[in-house]
Amino acid sequence: MYSKGLRPLSLLTAAVVAVTFAGIFFWAPNDAYLGFLQKIFYLHVPLAIITLAGFVAGGAMAVAQLRTRDPRWDMRSYVAIHISLIFGVGVLISGSIWAKGAWGHWWVWQEPTLVSFLLVMLLYATYQPLRFAIADPERQARYASVFAITAGVFVPICFAIVRLSPDYVHPRTLSNISGNLPGRMQYVFYASMVAMALLWVTLWRFEMASKRVVAEMRRLRRLLGEESDEEPGRRSAAPALTHAGSAS
Amino acid sequence: MSRPRTAVAVLALVRAQLRVELRSFESLPAMCLFAVTALVLFHFGLNRDELSGDLASGVLWVTLLLAALLAINRIYVADAEQGGFDAFLISPCPRGALLYAKLVVLLAYMALVELVVVPAFAILLLEPSLWQALPRLLGPLALGDLGIAAIGALVGALAVRTQARDLLGPLISLPLLVPVLVGVAGWTAPLLDYPHAGAVAARWPLALALYDALFGVIAFELFDFLLED
Repeated sequence: MYSKGLRPLSLLTAAVVAVTFAGIFFWAPNDAYLGFLQKIFYLHVPLAIITLAGFVAGGAMAVAQLRTRDPRWDMRSYVAIHISLIFGVGVLISGSIWAKGAWGHWWVWQEPTLVSFLLVMLLYATYQPLRFAIADPERQARYASVFAITAGVFVPICFAIVRLSPDYVHPRTLSNISGNLPGRMQYVFYASMVAMALLWVTLWRFEMASKRVVAEMRRLRRLLGEESDEEPGRRSAAPALTHAGSAS
Repeated sequence: MSRPRTAVAVLALVRAQLRVELRSFESLPAMCLFAVTALVLFHFGLNRDELSGDLASGVLWVTLLLAALLAINRIYVADAEQGGFDAFLISPCPRGALLYAKLVVLLAYMALVELVVVPAFAILLLEPSLWQALPRLLGPLALGDLGIAAIGALVGALAVRTQARDLLGPLISLPLLVPVLVGVAGWTAPLLDYPHAGAVAARWPLALALYDALFGVIAFELFDFLLED
């Protein structure tokens, strides 16, 4: 009941990811200048875009939480930010590898996209500590939502402001996507966007299902008297879903 | 009982906060001392006697940002620990008044700290003459302080009622303050060039003003949700 449609979605995601990777490695041509290394672009850029979109989506879900005060929206927002944080680590690692290969350094301050991404990650890294530091679940949800909205708005602004930095010297990769990529590269890039988006949604749904099952188990255990209502010392950064309408 | 106008409430709250500060002196002296100490640290860390241009601008602004963190951490502590939030919530004041008041107080703190730190910086580290740079320095100081105050008034309230507020306040505010630093340091750097001040690119004041305004709106929209209990 919690995983309705999850199996076909997982199969679809696995298929699209597999086809995309096959396309990346065997179908898309090697870049004339960077050669094989350029293929990390198909992983890195879509992953980054989906990560940022996930952060913004987490902010939008937080708006819904503040509007409705439904703890399920808090859970959705929490899981969205959680998945995006994990994706974000992948973005930083793949970006570093790309920077090392293309420009010879693991980190390039002249690349504004890389720098803004690091800032966004540094900000979101405080999301879970913030939740963990608030014991009351209702207030935890409210404060986390305020954070998620602030940070969600910060994401695009941060990219705009850091890009003003005058001294970056490297060509903008993103500006090439729309027009300058040759046909096959473009198809593979868009396929990878779809694959990463599907992967994000699938993982989000898996974690949501898991969280709901855990909450339901806890509720049933309480009904059976195996677990007391108040568990002293148990504190979590994750929303508990125990107040108001958790079972539905 | 009629609701007091926002301006009246803000004024009363600012006066109360300043009176608390005047009686306890728990923020301002610490901020000034911390900032001057940071300048000394920069002198030894960089092993430089005189700074100009972007290095001077960076040292000045990082020092001011670090000093601001002390105020951001402390500005709501009395409200959280000594019942100020409860008293404010049972008063008929509009809720936004508390945000405005903290913003004004943070602005005042930053201005007072800069009265000490900018001359100290000029004496200790700055190579070009402060008198020539000062008139044009007022712009970045004002807009930089505004950004710090807007972010501080929101993040301070977010962090104060958590169990790790001394840690979370700086950790959350610093990434948010980086765009302020980018704008204000880019704006200040040519002003401190030696021997001649350079021209300022228009994008820095513009970006900074936009960021300040945007954060003001975010803080205003979200502040009420932090005050519900």
